[in-house]
Amino acid sequence: MTIATIDAVSAERVRGRGGGGPAPTRIVVAYGFWIFILSDIVMFSGLFAAYAVLSGNTAGGPTGSELFNLRNVFIETMCLLFSSYTCGLGALSAERRQQARFLVFAVLTFVLGAAFLFIEISEFAGMVSKGAGPSRSGFLSGFFTLVGMHGAHVTGGLVWLVYMVAQVIVKGLRPHVLRRLLCWSLFWHALDIIWIGVLTLVYLMGAG
Amino acid sequence: MLGNLTWAAIPFDQPLPLYATGAVGIVILAVLGLVTVKGWWPYLWRDWLTSVDHKRIGAMYLILGLVMLLRGYSDAIMMRTQQAIAVGDAQGYLPPDHYDQIFSAHGTIMIFFVAMPLVIGLMNFVVPLQLGVRDVAFPVLNSVSFWLTASGALLVNVSLVVGNFARTGWMGYPPLSGLAYSPGEGVDYYLWPLQISGIGTLLTGVNFVTTILKLRAPGMIYFRMPVFCWTALAANMLIIAAFPILTATFVMLLLDRYVGMHFFTNDAGGNQMMYVNLFWAWGHPEVYILILPAFGVFSEVVATFSGKGLFSYRSMVLATLGICILSFTVWLHHFFTMGAGADVNAFFGIMSAIIAVPTGVKIFNWLFTLFRGRIVFTTPILFAIGFMVTFVIGGMTGVLLAVPPVDFVLHNSVFLVAHFHNVIIGGVVFGALAGYNYWFPKAFGFTLDERWGKASFWCWLVGFYLAFMPLYVLGLMGMTRRLEHIPDPGWQPLLLVAEVGAIVIFLGILCQIAQLYVSIRTREVRRDLTGDPWNARTLEWSTSSPPPPYNFAVLPRVETIDAFWEMKRRGVAAVEPAYETIEMPRNSPIGFVIAFFAVIAGFSAIWHIWWLVILGLLAIAVTVLTFGWSENREREVPAADVARMERARLGLGRPA
Repeated sequence: MTIATIDAVSAERVRGRGGGGPAPTRIVVAYGFWIFILSDIVMFSGLFAAYAVLSGNTAGGPTGSELFNLRNVFIETMCLLFSSYTCGLGALSAERRQQARFLVFAVLTFVLGAAFLFIEISEFAGMVSKGAGPSRSGFLSGFFTLVGMHGAHVTGGLVWLVYMVAQVIVKGLRPHVLRRLLCWSLFWHALDIIWIGVLTLVYLMGAG
Repeated sequence: MLGNLTWAAIPFDQPLPLYATGAVGIVILAVLGLVTVKGWWPYLWRDWLTSVDHKRIGAMYLILGLVMLLRGYSDAIMMRTQQAIAVGDAQGYLPPDHYDQIFSAHGTIMIFFVAMPLVIGLMNFVVPLQLGVRDVAFPVLNSVSFWLTASGALLVNVSLVVGNFARTGWMGYPPLSGLAYSPGEGVDYYLWPLQISGIGTLLTGVNFVTTILKLRAPGMIYFRMPVFCWTALAANMLIIAAFPILTATFVMLLLDRYVGMHFFTNDAGGNQMMYVNLFWAWGHPEVYILILPAFGVFSEVVATFSGKGLFSYRSMVLATLGICILSFTVWLHHFFTMGAGADVNAFFGIMSAIIAVPTGVKIFNWLFTLFRGRIVFTTPILFAIGFMVTFVIGGMTGVLLAVPPVDFVLHNSVFLVAHFHNVIIGGVVFGALAGYNYWFPKAFGFTLDERWGKASFWCWLVGFYLAFMPLYVLGLMGMTRRLEHIPDPGWQPLLLVAEVGAIVIFLGILCQIAQLYVSIRTREVRRDLTGDPWNARTLEWSTSSPPPPYNFAVLPRVETIDAFWEMKRRGVAAVEPAYETIEMPRNSPIGFVIAFFAVIAGFSAIWHIWWLVILGLLAIAVTVLTFGWSENREREVPAADVARMERARLGLGRPA
């Protein structure tokens, strides 16, 4: 065997075990962003734990079953889940370099996300006006912080989406724009995962 | 307009902090003046402040850690002195309010701004070199991480002059740290800097896990990675899994303090023990974030200076990962006295004892590596051997404290203080100093003076034993931690011994400063021209000292563990490779700018200057968005330049 073939064979043998040399930028960026999202989920897990501990500590104030309106929560959830669907369709269009289709789906995603936020904010406003604000009890502190932190992430995601749409319009679907879009859509889907936790632990278990 | 900030925040009536800050201020002004007079600003800005080179960032982390060590040490010697003299009728020289701030600041600074920068600095410098690559996965983010850490350190130190620091201890337990019992800015001076630097640390974790898992030289499969990289991987995975818990916990405490929520308050359904649980769910993994990289340093040092490969590499890796996982199952041993009941305490007691097993495996691995090795007694290996002896003692007192009934007696006594200083000084600090002595020639191109280095080692070692062994005894005699006044005159002799120990440690620090000074003065005779001054085993020694900006002109091909040793054994072919153009990240002021505004936003938040907080955050957002728009982030090092630099280092002369 020549040296070149030995090299090729040994490179092939180690590649499966991570010996193939540095990964391409697209992989590195997406992987790094995944890990960042994992850390964000750990942060939420702290807030989930706090809510679980405090959920019974209403200090004589209103309880979840008195405050939560499951019909609104259902609409809210549907907005967010469908926004993830349109986000996925947008990502597919972007991969196929179909800029116009991507923009349509981006607008749809934005509208659905904004609707989710609108419902959430009106829920918060209604609770505060009923005297059930975040400083009423440990339960409500936990509720507003957990749900509000998710809402803040959705807000950040919407700002980021507007920014990405601007980049796509100005620069087109170039590789580095696509990489950033990939990160954004990972982020947006992760918010769904967290919302499912919120829906289950806060609303479904709390409304009963 | 200025929120809660008034002239009353400046301690004109307290001479001690005022003089101290005056002195520090003069030193800072002198340094800035010198830099201005000498015209070094462009160089500093171009080559350091905006650098995204992992080697430069690593060096800056180490400088930050060593400077903060002086601050943390001043707190320590003040406490030791107060305890040595404030006995019986004597009241000492520190009023209780000031003393409480000092012990809080000492813990906060030593953990977050000494230990963390030291280990993160070493990881920054070493990991990409050991992996045989050119930089970390996200170089600009790396610079952001460093500058956010530096912002936190700056803000903590601002509390010396403007206002007061927390009086709650470095853990900030509520309800004491809540608004009801700690009104004013003290606890906020603790929370905001740690939030800011915590974000920096988290980004470091993301960066290094990605780097280690995705960027390695061709052929470097996981089980060919140097042990230091394994420990760095474990530590950074712990950062990702643990630091967000601290962030969430501090968010809750901040909400309690700023908007009147009830997470940890006494009234309205708050729960203080939740804070303690969450804090230590971060805090115990944090201990291993610090110690695992130190274990990595010792593994490299012991193998190099024994002239042998590390004994049982695989068991070392498995022990590291075992500790990484087990570290999340022991947090309750910090508060056995909470009253969780016998079952819970038993579980955490057993888990805490079990974690000593993988640590023991490591000790035996190092011992068997030394066994029949040709040991060269340099400063790094002295620290490694000093560590092994010291750490075993600290580990055994740890296992003792892991027994709940024993802990009920010793909880919050100075026995505990002795234990954790035993493992943190004997483990983390010795590790950092071993690493500093070991990799300094790689970073700066000349070796450190051995005589001063050995003197500093002996001072640290003897000083440590003198300072902390008495505390074990005092703890058993019933002395609790954080005493501003000593009620029992019988404790004074041992406290005086501890004072002497602290002074001997200071001599160790002085020796290090002398070592650095002497080495710089005599650098021409101590140049490392080979790039491999220790006859070492891993890839960082295969490039020049200091390495070129791109680390490796051609990425090395890795065939075994201890890749460089293997290359030397086979004899590296003296064939000049065909150099190619190298793409490197451009310098970026982003980290510095973000940190600048983070300091402004953090300071304003501490003093409730809300308009300035909003301005600071907006400025950060604009900075990030501007950077997010850019694309031209790489520069090219042409093949001709690479060839010129490589020929210069190999002494081949100019290309024809």
